[in-house]
This record gives sequence, C-alpha cells and structure tokens, in this order.
Amino acid sequence: MKAALRVLLYVVLTVAAVAILVPFLWMISASLKRNNEVLTIPVQWIPTDFQWKNFSSIWTQIPLGTYLRNTIFLSAVITFLQVLTGSFAAYGFAKMRFPGRDALFFAYIATIAVPWQAYMIPQYIMMQKAGLTNTFWSLILLQAFGAFGVFLMRQYYLTIPEELSEAARVDGLTEYGIWARVILPLSKPALASLALLTFVNTWNDYMGPFIYLTSNDLWTIQLGLRSFVGQFDADYAMMMTGSVLSVLPILLIFLVGQRYFIQGIATSGMKG
Amino acid sequence: MADVLTAAPPTAASSPPRRFSRRWRNTLIGWSFILPNFLGFAVLTLVPVIAAFVLSFMDWDSYNAPEWIGLKNFQRMLHDESTKVALKNTAYYALGHVPLTVLAALGLALLLNRKIAGVGFFRAAAFFPYITSMVAVAVVWNMLFNPEFGPINQFLHFIGVDNAPGWTTSTSWAMPAVIVTSVWRDMGYYMILFLAGLQAIPTEHYEAAKMDGANNWQRFRHVTLPGLRPVTFLVLILLTVQSFKVFDLIVVMTDGGPGRATLVLSQQIYRQGIVEGEFGYASAISLVLFLLVLVLTLTQFWFNNRRERK
Repeated sequence: MKAALRVLLYVVLTVAAVAILVPFLWMISASLKRNNEVLTIPVQWIPTDFQWKNFSSIWTQIPLGTYLRNTIFLSAVITFLQVLTGSFAAYGFAKMRFPGRDALFFAYIATIAVPWQAYMIPQYIMMQKAGLTNTFWSLILLQAFGAFGVFLMRQYYLTIPEELSEAARVDGLTEYGIWARVILPLSKPALASLALLTFVNTWNDYMGPFIYLTSNDLWTIQLGLRSFVGQFDADYAMMMTGSVLSVLPILLIFLVGQRYFIQGIATSGMKG
Repeated sequence: MADVLTAAPPTAASSPPRRFSRRWRNTLIGWSFILPNFLGFAVLTLVPVIAAFVLSFMDWDSYNAPEWIGLKNFQRMLHDESTKVALKNTAYYALGHVPLTVLAALGLALLLNRKIAGVGFFRAAAFFPYITSMVAVAVVWNMLFNPEFGPINQFLHFIGVDNAPGWTTSTSWAMPAVIVTSVWRDMGYYMILFLAGLQAIPTEHYEAAKMDGANNWQRFRHVTLPGLRPVTFLVLILLTVQSFKVFDLIVVMTDGGPGRATLVLSQQIYRQGIVEGEFGYASAISLVLFLLVLVLTLTQFWFNNRRERK
C-alpha cells in the first residue's frame, strides 16, 4: 500500500513536471527546426532535421552580440550598486540606533507597496528634463537604489547576534570596520541571494528598457527578442532560437545558485 | 560615492563638544550608512511618488506650463471608455490570477513538502518559469495558444473538444490565456513561500493531532491551514499588488488586444503618459491604481486581524 502510494506520487509529480516544462520543450524543439516546420498538425516534438545553424545565423540576422553586451553591462552595474548600497544602508537600519531611523525605514517600506506604475510618469519627466532618456544612466539610476535590497539585507542582518558587533566595538573597530570585517563576511548567503535576484530581474526586465531605451544600439536582449515578434512575417524558429539564447544564461545562473534564490525569496517573505 | 562614506565621520568626530559628541557622532555615522542608498531612493522614488500625487490635479503636456485643474482629470476618467475598460480588465485579471496562483502554489507546496528522492528537481522545475524572461514566456505561450496549430488546441481536439477557443485571437478568450500564462509563471515563486510556511509548522502539532485520532483531511484542515495563515496572508497581499501592476506580460503577449480585450491600467498609464504626453491625466490614473491597491491591502489586513482575534 505504501509503495503504491509512492508510485502514485511520482506519477503525479512527473506529469506535473512535464506539464510545467512543456513550454521549454517547445522552445528548444522549435529553435532547432526550419521556420515552416514549427507550427504543424500534429505537433512534431522532435525535429526531423536538426537545424543547428539557427544558432549561428541568428547572430547575423539581428545584432544579438550588441544586445547581449548591453544586457550584461546593465545587469552587472545595477547588481553591483544595489548590493553595495543596499548592504551598506541595511547596516544603518539593523545595527545602529539613531533618531529618525525608524521613520526612514518606514518610508522605504511604504514605497515597496506603491506600484511602480504609479510614479513612473514623474520619473520619466525627471529623466527627460535631465536629458537621460535613451541612455543607460536612466536605467542604472532608477534600478540601483531599490528598497528591496535594503529590506532583504536588513532582514538578514537582524539574525546576526548583537554580541558580535558589540565585541568588535570593544576591540576598537569603527562601525565601518564592523560592517566590512564582521557583518559582510557573515552575510555571504544573503549577498549572494540579493545579487542573483537583482541580476536575473535586470536581465529579464522589459518595461524599463522598453520605456527608456529607444535607439537600437542600446537595446537589451529582451527588446531585441520582442522586435522579432513585431515583424509581419514572424520568423517562429528564429524567435525560439533567440528565446533559448536569452534563457540559457539564466538557467546556468539558476543551476549554480539555486539555493540562494530559494533562501532569498524565503527571507524576503518573512516579515520582521 | 566612496568618498562621501569615508569623509563623513572624521568631520563629525572633530567639531562638537564632548557631551553631545557621542550621540552626534552616532547619528552621523548612522546616516552616512544610509545616505548613499537613500539619496538615490529619495530623488528617484520618494520625490516621484509625491510628484505623481500633485500631478494628478494638474493639466500638463510637458510643452505648456502645468496648470492646476482640481478634480477635472478624475471627472475625465468617468467618461473615458478606455480607462473604464482597462479598470474592468485589470480587475478581471486579478480575480483570475490571484486565486488560481494561490491554489496552484499551495498544491505544489503540499506535494513537494516531503523528503523523497528527486524532490529538488521537481521544486526547481516548478520555480524556473518565474525567472524566465517575460518576453520568452509570452512568445512561447502565444505559439502554444495558436488556435489552429498550437499544441493546446490540438490536445483539446484530441480529447474531444470540438470548438476549441481562439485564445489570444478572441476577445473573450484572450484574458483567460493571459491568466493561464501568468499562473504558470508565478506559481513557483509562491510555492517557495508556502514551503517556508509549511516548514515553520511545528511537527508536534501533527503528532498531537494524530494522537487525537485525526485523519489526513482533518490534520490538513485543523493543523496545516491555520498554521499557514500568516504566509497565506502575505501571499495574498503580494499577489494582489502584483496583479494590479501587470504590464510586461500583456504588452508582449497581446498588447492589450484583440481590440481592448486585455488592456490593463498600467498600460493605459503608459499610453496616456509616455506615448501621448498627458502627464496630469496619466498621473490621475496612477493615483486611482494606487488607491485601489491600498484599499485592497487594508481590507486584507482588516480581515486577517479579525480572523486572528477569533
């Protein structure tokens, strides 16, 4: 009876996993087909003739190299700034006591609840007046100082025992020294979570680049991918080849840092 | 930026008299930690939030000087068919997306909250859609939903459905197609929150229930569900906020169409504000969006508190 239940559980899980992964199977399968073989009746899950050359010809069909470079640049800079300023500010919120601290933190929390769309117009006007629309600066400035990083790091710092920083203070370390030499080394898992989540979010962001980046040579991979769809003669196979290439780096990052994604999400979900 | 950080404390330490110095110093150091992030945050988030509120009562197209027009933007909304449709569609989306995602995420969490071989793989498979780019997701699902050649309708034909829906090409089926796609993408994220919630329920509670002779269903009903209440509350709030903000998926998958069948509020804000340059009117729609989210969140808080007191 117990064994039968176990088999049933695995059957259910496998069916669910296949159902969830079908879109990815479709993506990979279509990326290796000729364009006229993508939409057929019945669906052909395994291509008759693998078109590996899709993966080489896409680089000349669209400036994929430029898109990738732009995306990597934006993701790396934004992640670096978010992790640096976020973990630094979180120290002030979690490990120090001073007047105005709680009011400030409340301002952060309050804006997390405000939908971004509610203030995107003033942001856009500011960027326009500063002449920063259609530059990377606009996106870097808008996304590098998010409240999320401060919140996530603060939640983690609160779990680090107060005695450690107290002992370091007695040893004559300054607050900056405590941050750099005691707290940062202890919060590597949280830093990794924040870095991975920010990187993936920036990599996948569509709305930001869509609003701010108009010239083609600044486009990110998401905008480039979308431009395929806009064309009248949709090139289905190439669209899927592009999708596979845009998802692949994320898959690699996910496989390496799976643990940190899960922990980061679980931590940000715990109210404290 | 690094200069700001290192420069602040010495100036703070040297000048003020001894008695105040400790407190002063501490405050300045505290601020110096927060400042690099806060400057960016204040200029680029806090100020725009306040500006959006003020702009809602103004008429401004970026060429002429802004003019105070009181509630006119809000009156205009009442007569603007597109905005009303967008509001209705957003509510429709939320009503589908929130409960279905909760059910799917909770179901997955219950299935995967056990120590069996391969559970890591299944969890990863359920989570991965969440970090897949919205553009890739939308493009793939558009093909899966293709009325003639898509595998979904071929499957429906196979199991005997004769008049399978036209999905994204049909005004009445486009929104369900979008909802299915978004549930698929988001359920893994909320599954993780539910898993964390399940693991926080003490095993003693289950053992005690077992001792009292409770069967599986009773244990689920009287131990698991009440134990999950804080997480469920959080998930509901996050999902509600997220549903009302939906933008990327719709823009890439249907661009609001066919017709206005999937036009949502954030898209309407984008069209009015950034495409048409009607900053005042777009801000007024944003304010309505914000108030809606606020009222829904507060209602959920109120419900939660009332249930907790019982």
